[in-house]
Amino acid sequence: MSIGHTLLGLLESGPRHGYDLKRAFDERFGHDRPLAYGQVYSTMARLLKNGLVEVEGIEPGGGPERKRYAITDAGVTDVEGWLAQPEKPEPYLQTTLYTKVVLALLTGRSAAELLDTQRAEHLRLMRELTRRKTAGDLADQLICDHALFHLEADLRWLELTAARLDQLAAEVTA
Amino acid sequence: MTTDPLLVATGLHKSYGHTPALDGADLTIRSGEVVAVMGPSGSGKSTLLHCLAGIVRPDSGEVRYRGEELSAMSDGERSALRRSDFGFVFQFGQLVPELTCLENVAIPLRLNGTRRRAAEAEAVKWLERLEVADVAGQRPGEVSGGQGQRVAVARALVSGPRVIFADEPTGALDSLNGERVMRLLTEAAHDTGAAVVLVTHEPRVAAYSDREIVVRDGKSRDMERVS
Repeated sequence: MSIGHTLLGLLESGPRHGYDLKRAFDERFGHDRPLAYGQVYSTMARLLKNGLVEVEGIEPGGGPERKRYAITDAGVTDVEGWLAQPEKPEPYLQTTLYTKVVLALLTGRSAAELLDTQRAEHLRLMRELTRRKTAGDLADQLICDHALFHLEADLRWLELTAARLDQLAAEVTA
Repeated sequence: MTTDPLLVATGLHKSYGHTPALDGADLTIRSGEVVAVMGPSGSGKSTLLHCLAGIVRPDSGEVRYRGEELSAMSDGERSALRRSDFGFVFQFGQLVPELTCLENVAIPLRLNGTRRRAAEAEAVKWLERLEVADVAGQRPGEVSGGQGQRVAVARALVSGPRVIFADEPTGALDSLNGERVMRLLTEAAHDTGAAVVLVTHEPRVAAYSDREIVVRDGKSRDMERVS
């Protein structure tokens, strides 16, 4: 998962301190792996350097944890591009896909479109593997089948999530 | 593959009582392509297939086959078209239990007036092509599910249809038998130039298609046009 894009997405709803960002990230996406403070600040420093965020204010006391970050127009464009770009289909994508779906809902973008784009990308690769399998020997068939079963699991998850989008939207934006 | 539009459905609406099944579905099928129609249960995909095949008449919208509107045809004309130009494969119960597999495959040719000997000779070719020649003399109840489904595919192809409608053709089969049916069906369709409209909820079955249409709440979406 791209931590930078996720933090940028969380900033779209309004400026936050680094500490608030970490808390929002952990609450929504860090169930089994909370973000380290160091990672938040190093990521924010990189986003700042690249012009994707700006420092809106610094509270007395100094130090990185006192900075209040706001997303820039370039940052919004960057998040937009990341959400619209389908992930390369590979096993165990759920964490990234889940993050994208939640961020799309949080930022008022179309999560259904995102899921459909990903679905099309998955099926494209499944077709390619099926062609390779059909023309190949037993070893090809077994290797392709392994990948196909994993991709099918992803695709079923995409379908199930699409069917539950209204429910998820209500929870995320509550 | 050619690019001629063979079947074109535009703005299809169909309700059963107060329950809408199709709510403005559109679809274009070209000669020689395999199109998967996917979607959740109850989304309207089987109704869409039945409208495309002229089995169900839509409440509004139109289906054109080679430029001719199906709704404008008489019941007799539509039945004749289904016998001459369309082939069907379903999930269950499509073979006549009293007839042998060979006789089952020969049915479409016999209905079109072909003499028994010629019809059965052609049926044997298709049973061989579908790798089930060994069960020609057996009745459907005496063969496995996978064999029965391949006999059904042979029957769908025997009269040289331009379009094959397959509704969950592997739904009752295990993975290995399902894949064998799909491989043989799509290879035979590609060789004869027939288009296949494949309704399925299984992504690995849909992966045998050239493109995918998703039906949700009675509306269709061509996934080629996504992003």
